[in-house]
Amino acid sequence: MFYRESGQFKTGYAADQAIFPILQDRWSMLVILVVGFVGVPLIIDDYWANAVFIPFLAYALAALGLNILTGYCGQLSLGTGGFLAVGAYSSYKLMTAFPGMDMILVLLGAGAVTAMVGLLFGLPSLRIKGFYLAVATLAAQFFLIWLFYKVPWFYNYNATGQISVPPREALGFLVTTQKADVVVRYLFILSVVTVFAIAAKNMVRGRIGRSWMAIRDMDIAAELIGIRPFSTKLSAFAVSSFFIGVAGALIFSVWLGAAESGETFGILESFLVLFMIIVGGLGSILGSFLGAGFIVLMPIGLKNVLVDWFGMTAVFAKHVEITLFGVLIIFFLIVEPHGLARLWQIIKEKLRLWPFPH
Amino acid sequence: MKLRTWIATAAAAVVAIPLAVGSASAYELTVPSMDYRTGPYAPNGIPFANGWTDYWTMLNERDGGINGVKIKVVPCETAYNTKQGVECYEKTKKEGSGALVYQPLSTGITYQLIPKASVDQIPIHSMGYGRTSAANGKVFKWVFNFPATYWSQASALVKYIGEKEGGMDKLKGKKIYLVYHNSAYGKEPIRTLQELAKKHGFTYQGLAVDHPGQEQKATWLKIRREKPDWILMWGWGVMNQVAIKEAASIRFPMDRFIGVWWSGSENDVKPAGAAAKGYLSGAFHQPGANFPVHKDIIKHLYDAGKAPHPDFKDRVGEVLYNRGLVAAMWASEAVRKAMEIHKTKEITGAMMRDGYEALDVDEARLKELGAEGLTIPVKITCENHEGPRKVAVQQWDGKEWKIVSNFYEPDMDVIQPLIDEDSQKFAKENNITPRDCK
Repeated sequence: MFYRESGQFKTGYAADQAIFPILQDRWSMLVILVVGFVGVPLIIDDYWANAVFIPFLAYALAALGLNILTGYCGQLSLGTGGFLAVGAYSSYKLMTAFPGMDMILVLLGAGAVTAMVGLLFGLPSLRIKGFYLAVATLAAQFFLIWLFYKVPWFYNYNATGQISVPPREALGFLVTTQKADVVVRYLFILSVVTVFAIAAKNMVRGRIGRSWMAIRDMDIAAELIGIRPFSTKLSAFAVSSFFIGVAGALIFSVWLGAAESGETFGILESFLVLFMIIVGGLGSILGSFLGAGFIVLMPIGLKNVLVDWFGMTAVFAKHVEITLFGVLIIFFLIVEPHGLARLWQIIKEKLRLWPFPH
Repeated sequence: MKLRTWIATAAAAVVAIPLAVGSASAYELTVPSMDYRTGPYAPNGIPFANGWTDYWTMLNERDGGINGVKIKVVPCETAYNTKQGVECYEKTKKEGSGALVYQPLSTGITYQLIPKASVDQIPIHSMGYGRTSAANGKVFKWVFNFPATYWSQASALVKYIGEKEGGMDKLKGKKIYLVYHNSAYGKEPIRTLQELAKKHGFTYQGLAVDHPGQEQKATWLKIRREKPDWILMWGWGVMNQVAIKEAASIRFPMDRFIGVWWSGSENDVKPAGAAAKGYLSGAFHQPGANFPVHKDIIKHLYDAGKAPHPDFKDRVGEVLYNRGLVAAMWASEAVRKAMEIHKTKEITGAMMRDGYEALDVDEARLKELGAEGLTIPVKITCENHEGPRKVAVQQWDGKEWKIVSNFYEPDMDVIQPLIDEDSQKFAKENNITPRDCK
């Protein structure tokens, strides 16, 4: 009933090719954006910002990046943690080398550096596929983390190898360190993620996204219809790494404020982001957000419910949380192997017929 | 938009009402406990957390709190993970009447919290860990790292080695290797050791062990081949016991193998069995449960059935338990000082900071606290947040840890310039003007 699109006629190509061709989608998107940009800042405090919204958005961006590579172009990658670290360390180097640089430029710079590194590590994908590529990207993960421990230049020769973010502004607003207003930090990261999500959505709808998907579905057939695997695969690596690099820079500068390569961006991060897109939905922009929401927010939600409502001790709640979290992942994957995004799609189809299914 | 504002106000009101009622009911001294009872470092985390919690609970049970004000310990599980630590911090900082002090217990979490401390006005006591240059109170107003930093400890351990070799001049030509946890924590002593190597003419080499440290075959093969005279270790968690077992298997003399004070607890030596006998580590307090304060804890908590973790009774007095206890004792003294300075019983984090800065727990006071000889006297000043800077060496005799040396003072000629350099760098990066401590 609510989701019926009958009566919405499209009279031109532009309308037919809109990002959200259905009126209801456009409205709900608008509502989400208004809530995100206006509603949330009204109620946000340090806890909601630092423990919930900012990590969720940063990881959503990372998942978006990996989804481009793995979900859309079919190249399995386990190097996400390493690329996040490249983003973080290059943003740190940019911030300390050019103190007056605007944070937006820092983010773009960090993205560009990561894209370059991603290109380099994407080269093996031209020869190897599937699990073998996963191993090659795993090598990237270990190499990059090792590099950031080994070469003191990356952390400006300080005693411990920890990098700490200096205070920096974006368009005149302080966005890094604890001194920055939480609302400003939240709005900054939200704007960045919104822009990148729109860019991703448009990319995957366009020529480049279609060629990624063609390679994913069958690379030989794609080659036969004139898609060059070389530029297609490498562009997927570059774009994906760009996103992940920006996410890494945001995790370091806006969320955490200090980082250490192995601890913050270890192999676990790679798996975490991979789980996000598997749970959320491979090849889906919405899925990246749902997956990030699930993986980032579920443990925190569980913890708060178990400790605050059921009065468990912190340690017992932790054990329950670890178990329950695993069970939930398995449950969701059994119920819908194609991820939460697919679940949403099914709900949408049901809603179209509701309340009169035939 | 109007509806949304309404909902927001309503939601805020619903949340705020119980909070308002709660805070109106009574002021409590709120002390967060950053536990890690899960994960690879849990064996070290549990005794510390129990020592910390038991002391506060004992004050409640025995004295009815501090100066009549009850204490509320708020545990939060970090699993020794930085990101979960940040979540814990944000969650607990406004708990009850507001958190008074954080004991982050992980170098990673400490680095996260240092910039937050000055903004939220809650002091951090990173006891012997965290950022070493925080010893410079002029720059790091909100951070305390007494009784001694890793740099001081490295220097003290080298002094011990010098003493055993028969004088600092005998160090020339000796080989001293460092086996370290490959993280910010493990890297702390490197620069100090390099400087000391230059000064005393010994050969220094660092051997990194990656998290979590179960695989060290290559490291010890290298040691067997190159035969260093002494080995220092900056290890944590499972890495310690693996290293001790490996050292035993290559028959490295245990009394020439010295761990940092985080590598010297019962958990580290027991798995290696008899082979661990003679192993050394740094220390700033005594192990054992024979002090009056322990007796009070047993009497008022464990025997009275009020202990938060009743099955821990047999382990009261372990090295890390005592460390948690000592940390809580200093914090409670800082609470007293803060109440005295500000002449109020309802202190805030900012007042607590003043309490820490004026902390002076001398021998006499330790005796009053039932902890005579348990640890060293501490006196903090505005410019020196590191306090006494004294480190002793303890030895595992196969059954228990015993302190076997004097307390050494570090070589400040080497360390002070390093602290100044690092803290100046931090001040510059973060636009901090160092305080004037006059």
